[in-house]
Amino acid sequence: MANHALPQPRLKGPQPVVGQEVKKRLNPLVKSSDGVYADRVFGWLILACALVVLGILALIVWQLLERSQPSWHAFGWKFFGAQDWDPVNDQYGALPFIYGTLVSSLLSLIIAIPLAVGVAVFTTEMCPKWLRGPLSFTTELLAAIPSVIYGLWAIFVLVPILRNYVQPFLAKTLGWTGLFSGPPYGIGMLAAGIILAIMIIPIISSITREVLSVVPQHQREAALALGATRWEMIRIAVLRNARAGIVGGVILGLGRALGETMAVTMVIGNRPEIAKSLFAPGYTMASVLANEFSEAAGDLYLSALVEIGLALFLVTIIVNALARFMVWSVTRGQPARARA
Amino acid sequence: MASLRGLVPDTTPTPAVLQISAWRRLKDQMATAFAVSTVVIVLTPLVAIFGYLVFKGIGSVNLAFLTQIPKPPGEVGGGMANAIGGSILILAIASLLGVPLGIGAGIYLAEYGRNRFGDTIRFVSDVLNGVPSIVIGIVAYAIVVLRQKHFSALAGGVALSIMMVPTITRTTEEMLLLVPNVLREAAYGLGVSRWRTTLSIVLRTATSGIITGVMLAFARVAGETAPLLFTAFGNQYWNWKLYQPTAALPLQIFTYAISPYDDWHRQAWAGALVLIVLIVSAVSAVRYVVRRGTLGGVA
Amino acid sequence: MGVGIQVENVNAWYGKSQALHDINLKIEANHATALIGPSGCGKSTFIRCLNRMHETTPDARVEGRVKIGDLDAYNGTSPTQLRRRIGMVFQKPNPFPTMSIYDNVAAGLKLNGYRDRKNLDEIVEGSLKSSALWEEVKDTIHKKSGASLSGGQQQRLCIARALAVAPEVLLMDEPCSALDPISTGKIEELIFELKAQYTIVIVTHNMQQAARVAEYTGFFLLGRLIEYDKTEKIFTNPSDKRTEDYITGRFG
Repeated sequence: MANHALPQPRLKGPQPVVGQEVKKRLNPLVKSSDGVYADRVFGWLILACALVVLGILALIVWQLLERSQPSWHAFGWKFFGAQDWDPVNDQYGALPFIYGTLVSSLLSLIIAIPLAVGVAVFTTEMCPKWLRGPLSFTTELLAAIPSVIYGLWAIFVLVPILRNYVQPFLAKTLGWTGLFSGPPYGIGMLAAGIILAIMIIPIISSITREVLSVVPQHQREAALALGATRWEMIRIAVLRNARAGIVGGVILGLGRALGETMAVTMVIGNRPEIAKSLFAPGYTMASVLANEFSEAAGDLYLSALVEIGLALFLVTIIVNALARFMVWSVTRGQPARARA
Repeated sequence: MASLRGLVPDTTPTPAVLQISAWRRLKDQMATAFAVSTVVIVLTPLVAIFGYLVFKGIGSVNLAFLTQIPKPPGEVGGGMANAIGGSILILAIASLLGVPLGIGAGIYLAEYGRNRFGDTIRFVSDVLNGVPSIVIGIVAYAIVVLRQKHFSALAGGVALSIMMVPTITRTTEEMLLLVPNVLREAAYGLGVSRWRTTLSIVLRTATSGIITGVMLAFARVAGETAPLLFTAFGNQYWNWKLYQPTAALPLQIFTYAISPYDDWHRQAWAGALVLIVLIVSAVSAVRYVVRRGTLGGVA
Repeated sequence: MGVGIQVENVNAWYGKSQALHDINLKIEANHATALIGPSGCGKSTFIRCLNRMHETTPDARVEGRVKIGDLDAYNGTSPTQLRRRIGMVFQKPNPFPTMSIYDNVAAGLKLNGYRDRKNLDEIVEGSLKSSALWEEVKDTIHKKSGASLSGGQQQRLCIARALAVAPEVLLMDEPCSALDPISTGKIEELIFELKAQYTIVIVTHNMQQAARVAEYTGFFLLGRLIEYDKTEKIFTNPSDKRTEDYITGRFG
């Protein structure tokens, strides 16, 4: 069925010539190897690297469990409820450290959350465009400062300020609560809480910024179109949507605060006592490890410290896993940027 | 102020309910004031810290400081040369162990691990990232120091390498996934074997990004003190041996800061200044490279 | 010299869904064969079965027999060795961005362990001449990166890269679809010249291109080969109504 509406083939170029002398080039790779063997070896090598990562975690868990055995056998669960930390008589109770870790971390959260969320809200919602880059750069810079430098600054700058100005002021105004009583040493729980807060603000702020920026623009516009003020728009359309993510960021900050060692050690006073006042010196789980581990003589002493390390490890893992889950549920698994 | 009142000509009386009350406007202004004040409050310690570092440290960062080892406690003078050297040694060990491992694991996750097992490795890597550095120090102590019966640079290097791995793994994976699949196909189409493709094409293309990740991890562990407290332990003198206790810059800063000697306090500031300059340079360089988008020519 | 390709009862799957059903085909040596058909009809899948690229997709599977000349593609050799004898040019030009023009062309040889440096220069020059790129880049082959060329030049670079390993078959998967008309014209001229030395199979969306360039044309629809014949016949007097419908633009 001839159909002349169909396009006519051109076929006007050089047609294939059969029999003409064509310069034949032998495939230069005829003799080279296949690479099947090398592929297999490479695959195993790479797999080994991945398995080592698993192995590292397993190693950590194994060593912590094994080395804390003596202490576990000696004290059992009472270890976490007892207050006595007495290396001389081989009596170990971890309660002061647990208390110190919790109080310092909670205090740091109370201070850090409003500040971090405020900075994040400002950066994403209120900040003029030209300022955004430098601002986020400086907050990231805060995250890059090593713990020991925070501690150094805290000892020589923060603590004197607390001792000479802030603590007397707090004692005068809020001393009746019992939280701000006792001699104003400067060092103590309050100093630890403050320096921790400064250290975790970048994390909370950066995650909050991320979840805030993921809120679709049309949500903001809808609120504004209804006549909301900017703050109302932020409160209704942005913060509410990002709530889960912000909580996730906060929990991540908590995870960091729990494990923070150096800065806290340098300002908390290192006394294993439980006191109500924030002026009093305290001790955290990470700090006692930092201070006493290298000098621990005796198996029970060492294993008690390792047991504290184990507890710290478990707590931070749970907290971090919870945090990541919450952040993921808001940003839906967008790749996490590498953080300094 | 985001209200429609200014846009609509005011011909009809606006019902009270649609007016933005003074109270609402006040709340909005207070919110803005609060947000601005948080920025100021947060930036203050940053400025203060850097300011103090420069102010207190700059005078002491001199040739003597950078080339001499510490004097006995109480004596004035000396420097942190051995600590700087020690840090270099420990970081070199950590990099030697951690970088190949991290890149290898990253290659696995990107090229072979798009499955459940890969997800497990990813999860474990994230978990490792959150482990407190002091706990990692304990583990390094247990597997190296206890075995050798003394503190060592090696133990410190092992601890820091464990901390580098998660960051390097994740960035390597991310960068490799950015390499367009068509490049892999082009290589396979030429009959290039898989391992050769992964190394010479994929890895090659992602090189800048991977270096970024390595530098990020490096900057992070360069300032770590806690894991070195009972692994490298510190040393008054020079040490280049793998199996002996070694000084490290962050460690020295810590020791000096909590000491009772004024001169050591002065030197702590100097050491901190040196440390922060090194770290900030690394972080800034990374940011600069990322901003310019030079990811090895990935389109 | 090119070789003929014999395809017997080829079926292909992506996971559970079947993409190709019972394809039987004989591709003539030293001719250009075009494969046409609407989107998703399986023509790209088919040509990727010829050089075993299909199986690089996770969960992909092929059954059937493919003979490249005398060689059984699936049972007689490894995929890597097979692909060194078949060149492939992709839809979007994909030169290696970190390599110079020279290294791009030589990639197929260097990455496969070819060590002979003296010959390499000759081969690179020859390949670039075969793909009509030599005159335009001969001064900069070591300096410029593969990615710095224009789209049409990049595609010719990819052709040169494929030719450098002296394949017997050249597979082209919609090579001009991402290019402007002038570059397209240049590449079509190229195909004319290459026909003398290689067997060319070209997948194209553009029926006019098939008509211009190929002696044989195969029409695919929904994973089946509906009709395969001389191009002239397909376009003037197709045997199957579906072919005629496609050609007259009734669908696709």
